[in-house]
Amino acid sequence: MPNETINQEDVRTIGNDYESKYGFHDPEKYFHKSRKGLSHEVVEMISRMKDEPEWMREFRHKALDIFLSKPMPKWGNTDLMNSIDFDDIHYYIKPTEKQMNSWDEVPEDIKKTFDRLGVPEAERKFLAGVSAQYESEVVYHSFQKDLEEQGVIFLDMDSGVREHPDLVRKYFATVIPAADNKFAALNSAVWSGGSFIYVPPGVEVKIPLQAYFRINAENMGQFERTLIIADKGSRVHYIEGCTAPVYSTNSLHSAVVELVSLDDSYIRYTTIQNWSHNIFNLVTKRAKAFKNATVEWVDGNIGSKFTMKYPCIYLMGEGAKGEILSVAFAGEGQHQDSGAKVIHAAPRTTSRVTSKSISKDGGRASYRGLVKVYPNADKCKVSVECDALLLDEKSRTDTYPTMEIDNDDVVIEHEARVSKMAEEQIFYLTSRGLTEDEARLLIVNGFINPFVKELPMEYAIELNRLIQLEMEGSVG
Amino acid sequence: MGFIVDTGLLMSIKDVHVTVEGKEVVKGLSLDIYRGKKHAIMGPNGSGKSSLANALVGHPSYEITSGEVWLDGVNLLELGATERSRAGLFLAFQYPMAVPGVTVSSFLRSAYKAHRGDGEDVLRKFRKEMNEAFDKLEMNREFAGRYVNDGFSGGEKKRFEILQMSLLKPKVSILDETDSGLDIDALKVVSKGINLTSSEDTGTLLVTHYQRILNYVKPDHVHVMMNGRLVRSGGPELAAELEDKGYDWLKSEPALSNRGADYAE
Repeated sequence: MPNETINQEDVRTIGNDYESKYGFHDPEKYFHKSRKGLSHEVVEMISRMKDEPEWMREFRHKALDIFLSKPMPKWGNTDLMNSIDFDDIHYYIKPTEKQMNSWDEVPEDIKKTFDRLGVPEAERKFLAGVSAQYESEVVYHSFQKDLEEQGVIFLDMDSGVREHPDLVRKYFATVIPAADNKFAALNSAVWSGGSFIYVPPGVEVKIPLQAYFRINAENMGQFERTLIIADKGSRVHYIEGCTAPVYSTNSLHSAVVELVSLDDSYIRYTTIQNWSHNIFNLVTKRAKAFKNATVEWVDGNIGSKFTMKYPCIYLMGEGAKGEILSVAFAGEGQHQDSGAKVIHAAPRTTSRVTSKSISKDGGRASYRGLVKVYPNADKCKVSVECDALLLDEKSRTDTYPTMEIDNDDVVIEHEARVSKMAEEQIFYLTSRGLTEDEARLLIVNGFINPFVKELPMEYAIELNRLIQLEMEGSVG
Repeated sequence: MGFIVDTGLLMSIKDVHVTVEGKEVVKGLSLDIYRGKKHAIMGPNGSGKSSLANALVGHPSYEITSGEVWLDGVNLLELGATERSRAGLFLAFQYPMAVPGVTVSSFLRSAYKAHRGDGEDVLRKFRKEMNEAFDKLEMNREFAGRYVNDGFSGGEKKRFEILQMSLLKPKVSILDETDSGLDIDALKVVSKGINLTSSEDTGTLLVTHYQRILNYVKPDHVHVMMNGRLVRSGGPELAAELEDKGYDWLKSEPALSNRGADYAE
């Protein structure tokens, strides 16, 4: 059990240095910063700055029209959604003129930021490639030679469009079209950065690929765009981690992530988002899994003021498998509206959804799920399990599961539980010498254990640290 | 006799009153426990035995409204449950709580570190001692991966309580109806665990309705509790007498006013 080896002391020593460790921000020193607000002029400027091909320029403009014509969603936390002022956001900031390819070339203040986030250190340990996004542009990118020799492409999305135009054009927006939803349209219009990964047939990427994303300017929207293509019989694990500085006014993060898992391939996508508590995190993530392919979303939502994110898997080919494992932590002033969607569009497809949420200090966690089984999808297996843990009376949890099953030959399991942390449990642990804080942390860590044990060690430790930071100061 | 460490006095309960939800359930109880001694408090249901046990370890629902409790020179009533445990007091609960998701090994490790600190060698010792404790209680080592008391049988819960006791090596152990729900084989194993954990330096307080466990864990002193007070103290023969006669004959017995001096050695 990987979690067994996590040293609780590592977790404890982090202390309450959140502000200094994650909440810092450097003086703004940008090469280019767009005016506030959104228009065809801004979109045109972004496309020209990036020197994009015509099809992408057109794609952006069409997407902007879609965004402007689409109403806000009428479901979910509409009050929060409607509070977003789209005219008060910078849609593009380019921090340095060109991308760096060695650590030495990265400007000092940006390097300092990454040092504090521990990027180079993490890289030394086990990274195959680091793609660190500072503002909208990737400024630092390294890549191990052996992967390159295997033909694996791991670039920022902008470079992907430039260097592999045919490959990108073949798959870009095929999983999530611009018209999918208002925020996907927004991202399609103004996207910048993100990762582009292609794994050739039969290639197994043995070490997880990682990218660090970072927002560093007030009123700055970050719209990264990620596309991962696993060709036939290949395997890849991508890890995305986010930490953001603390600001006083709201910032918008609206990403689009598309996964294409071709026959017999395997993609795992792991995220732990820890946006500061003023960020709106409205993300569209979707995968297509073809014949006998496997896609796994491992999705942790700890930070942000408001998250809407429902990782989705379309099981397109016979025998495809999908798994969505998520954990959400909603503290004071936070609303984590997350969930999972699985579409069974082929026979003998299998899906498993495991969702865990923790609400405390008035936080709200919502699970929103959809399982759809098409008439042709014989002999499918579906399993959905939702667990919510409430740490106090003023916190809230809601579950909105939807099942549309149009086939009789299906095995479905569905469980939903809400539990409260009992004072008796805390007393039992304190009677063995644990402090009350240690007792609560142990119970919460136990609750999310099924999630944590799926993470690589470094991430498991990081998540436990984040949970501890969130738990600190919780009394009664 | 005075409160002098030289006498071997380990724990001293002085005129303790306990209230639960506004109702007084322990009405002035005094007891001295000396090093190396085992005491049994026996009594019918509702006599206040379990309330006393829970109040001593600091359960928030049991309020000690007056009296004093000292453990090895430490004033326990100034401490919360955490510190009382760290001071060396342990209660094997009658109904231990399930803590789903928390594995036995991470729970035991946290408790062990709370008592021993967290040096590098502590963790190494922990592994070894945990495994020894499993063996001693005749529990499968695979228990380490199960969730604390979650889905445990009644017998497994009791064994696990004694396992914790044997791992934490408290100065004074209170055992609340540890024999209830155990078959004879499990009772022997649990009793062995209790006997192996107690030593010349520790004290044991068995709280029990029945005399059965006292055949395996031999008490030095037996006390009878009725209606929130101790009404009689004696040697092991008192337990046998209770087994014969039941508790009714002691109903009109006045409370003992001593602090245990009559059975001190």
